[in-house]
Amino acid sequence: MAKGTPTIDMTPMVDLAFLLVTFFMLTATAIPDEPVAVDTPSSISEIKIPENNVLTITIGKDSRVFFNVDGQYTRAALLKSMGDLYGVQFTPEETHAFAVISSVGVPMGGLKQFLNLKPEQRKAVEQPGIPVDSAHNELADWVLQARLANRQLRIAIKGDRDAEYPVVKKVINTMIDRKVNRFNLITGMEQGAAAPKEK
Amino acid sequence: MAEIQGGGDDKKKKGGKVRSKKSSTRIDMTPMVDLAFLLLTFFVMTTTLNKPQTMEITMPEKPKPDDPEPPKVNERDVLTIVLGENDKVYWYTGITDPKIEVTNFSATGIRKVLQQKKNEVPKLVVLIKPSDKSKYKNMVDILDEMNISVIQRYAMVDITPTDEELIKDSQL
Repeated sequence: MAKGTPTIDMTPMVDLAFLLVTFFMLTATAIPDEPVAVDTPSSISEIKIPENNVLTITIGKDSRVFFNVDGQYTRAALLKSMGDLYGVQFTPEETHAFAVISSVGVPMGGLKQFLNLKPEQRKAVEQPGIPVDSAHNELADWVLQARLANRQLRIAIKGDRDAEYPVVKKVINTMIDRKVNRFNLITGMEQGAAAPKEK
Repeated sequence: MAEIQGGGDDKKKKGGKVRSKKSSTRIDMTPMVDLAFLLLTFFVMTTTLNKPQTMEITMPEKPKPDDPEPPKVNERDVLTIVLGENDKVYWYTGITDPKIEVTNFSATGIRKVLQQKKNEVPKLVVLIKPSDKSKYKNMVDILDEMNISVIQRYAMVDITPTDEELIKDSQL
């Protein structure tokens, strides 16, 4: 070896680097693309949301309501029972499409058509939100059927900070009507949690 | 550094001379390290370390027709908070002929009121009435304030026309 060219044995560093790469790759969970951006309000609460068995109701800034539940099998079973309830038959392809996407905000009438779109087309569609009016409340059915499909579900409401209160009230009342009295409100971390906050 | 000298048919070349020229098996690892750290950085950046927090709330069940009458609360123990538009907080004590005041969500606003009331009234009951113009953030903030001030008894109730009237009349 030529003199004066100092070489460092990089092997341990490479070992470590790849170890870390492997670790992060395996632990990383892809962030599911949400149909609406939600800026959650902050709170001093430090309870973490559980990782599994969560039913999330998203309330967007523009008062649209989205529904999401985790677990592919739960979703497939849920779609079937919802289809039975509303008299819609879903093909295996549509069931699969529903099982792998995240939040949906489409009324039952348009769900079949929505699931038949290609994934990239689906992203472009402006979803109207799930109806929560007292006369026509599909969210209640979604929640009920989801809880039948997976009895360990916890219900979380993820609202945008600028969502109008009447919509939030409608969602909460839907829950109470279905005897769901405990739920979680997803919030972000408060800046300087312990200290008095400034706003 | 990246010298991998032609191995294999060394022996054919010059018989005994092979020994003197030791073929270096050192590989330049720099590009690999570059790539490894690039990936490492990417995964570190994209990993969401902080899971979202949640606030657990339990709503009361809907009263059934055959439920026993709920216990009466002395009206002096009642503090009513109305969440208005533009992050305003109206509050008053009692029910008959209340004196309405306005404050905000800052540390010297509603929190001061709550702590003062909590010291004055041992059996304080707080009624939270979000108006239709309030935002979801206001609701979370006021529930948060309840936790900060350790208010044991509070309830979220619908706003009544009387409250709306009061706010309109107060001109605050």
